[in-house]
Amino acid sequence: MSLAWFARRLMLMVYTVIVVSMLVFAITQILPADAAQSLLGENATPEVLAALRTRLGLGDPAWLQYGRWARHVFTGDFGISMRTSLPVGPEMLAALSRSLLLAVSAILVTLAIAVPLGVVAALRQGRLTDTGVSLIAYLGVSLPEFVTATLLALLLADTWHWLPATGYVSPLEDFGDGIRHLALPVLTVSLILVAHVMRMMRSETLDVLKSDYIRAARLKGLPERTVVFRHALRNALLPVVTIIALDVGYLLGGIIVIEEIFAIPGIGRALMVAITTRDLPSIQAGALIMAATYAVTNTLADMAYAFLDPRIRYD
Amino acid sequence: MTELFIRLMRKPQGFVGIVLLALIAAACLFGPALAPYAPEKIDFLGRFRAPGWQNWLGADQFGRDILSRLMVGARSTVPLAFIATFVGSAAGATIGVGSAYLGGRTDEAIMRTIDAVMAIPGLLMALLLVSTLGNGAGNAVIAIAVAFAPGMARVTRSAALNVRNQDYVKAAIARGEGAPWIIFREMLPNVMAPIVIESTIRVSFAVMLFATLSFLGVGAQPPASEWGLMVADARQHMHQAPWGLIAPSAAIALTAIAFNLVGDGLRDALNPKDER
Repeated sequence: MSLAWFARRLMLMVYTVIVVSMLVFAITQILPADAAQSLLGENATPEVLAALRTRLGLGDPAWLQYGRWARHVFTGDFGISMRTSLPVGPEMLAALSRSLLLAVSAILVTLAIAVPLGVVAALRQGRLTDTGVSLIAYLGVSLPEFVTATLLALLLADTWHWLPATGYVSPLEDFGDGIRHLALPVLTVSLILVAHVMRMMRSETLDVLKSDYIRAARLKGLPERTVVFRHALRNALLPVVTIIALDVGYLLGGIIVIEEIFAIPGIGRALMVAITTRDLPSIQAGALIMAATYAVTNTLADMAYAFLDPRIRYD
Repeated sequence: MTELFIRLMRKPQGFVGIVLLALIAAACLFGPALAPYAPEKIDFLGRFRAPGWQNWLGADQFGRDILSRLMVGARSTVPLAFIATFVGSAAGATIGVGSAYLGGRTDEAIMRTIDAVMAIPGLLMALLLVSTLGNGAGNAVIAIAVAFAPGMARVTRSAALNVRNQDYVKAAIARGEGAPWIIFREMLPNVMAPIVIESTIRVSFAVMLFATLSFLGVGAQPPASEWGLMVADARQHMHQAPWGLIAPSAAIALTAIAFNLVGDGLRDALNPKDER
């Protein structure tokens, strides 16, 4: 991992955040013919409309509007919420921390389930276990989050009363109850991720098992267990880092729906509330923070990958 | 083409996928004619009727027949997802091939920007666009198309890079053909296979994304019997009538599975060497 590569990767991340911020700003504020009108609706009086236009600076050219917004965002000032009249930034970051708790738990659960299943499927290629695992994978990628969420809630909360259906309790306040409230959403997110990671794990393991060094290990007379766990798994696990990083994108999209369904006050729900109440600063902040989270995670994953596999040289 | 179809049908996954697709296509074409009831027909005596001989899949909170609503709803779900994918793929493929054709620094700049745009999750992008354009099925289609274009551009570009170095492309450049000719007549036809595979799989994402937007209340609007909307409706009554929830969920899942299976089957049929 040369310093030049490191610097380049960081530059790309900065570029990503800049492009995203331009897009978010363009879609929310420049694209509407009259953002003030669409924010306030049909019944707004001309005076109120004029006041909002001045407040948003809608009369100025697009680049000036963006520049002003970007300068404030750069110093951490996302503006004042039109719904609550409180600063948007702190509220969104607090929401993000709850979402991250959900996301990290989901990734851990996913790894615990998907990696063993994928390896088992690869070892039993073409047999019943393999077919079963592939079927589950298909089902996982073919069910939208809102369907899995609703069906799981119907089963585990409504019919069997194992888990609370909605709501959020901070694990810092009451650990047991916090975990119980988190269980359903985490399970829902994991189901989709498990499908991806399992498929990836299966095909990677198959590839690695076909390679020469595995054949050499087997010919050396090593027990199959050693071959799989010490030799094959290490290399097959590497691309999982990448697929998890890419899945953070799905995860963040999925979180919008899942937080909405399970009433978790995370960034996804905050964004949905902002969209339905047309709270412009909150929409912009929420979208930008989500995309920036993705950009940062991806950069970190790339670096982790380069660190774990010194053969990789990106130029 | 026929040979490809035969190869596709020979694998069990391809066969199941094609059969499911045929059923879905039939529902889209003949659904309203075949449905046992009118989708909006309200029957107050039959509220929350369990599945049985009167309503095969049960009835919802207004006594509307769920099977009929599903069959008619296929029209307001699947074709729209199809159009969104087509538009998004066409735009993405043009950008991807164009970028590969231009090559060098321009290609690098375009692809890095595409990567950056993809940092916005698809659903978030769609939600932002719909919130600006206004709720509704038509705007949801536009939003999904825009959300899909960058991913398609990336897939197409990596395929087009190989084509760019082929002799026939070099010959066309040497002949002095213009960029549009080379992009659309020389390069694009030769990267169609990966585009078709990727788009087929993406239709299943589009079905799910469209249903999700409707579920969140920004896509198709009531009283349309769009499947995601039906799930949202049935959620409020899931104690009394879980079948109202299960039927449209299954319809969405089966449609998504069908396109996934056919997409994977196509990939196998087009690359016979790859035994995975």
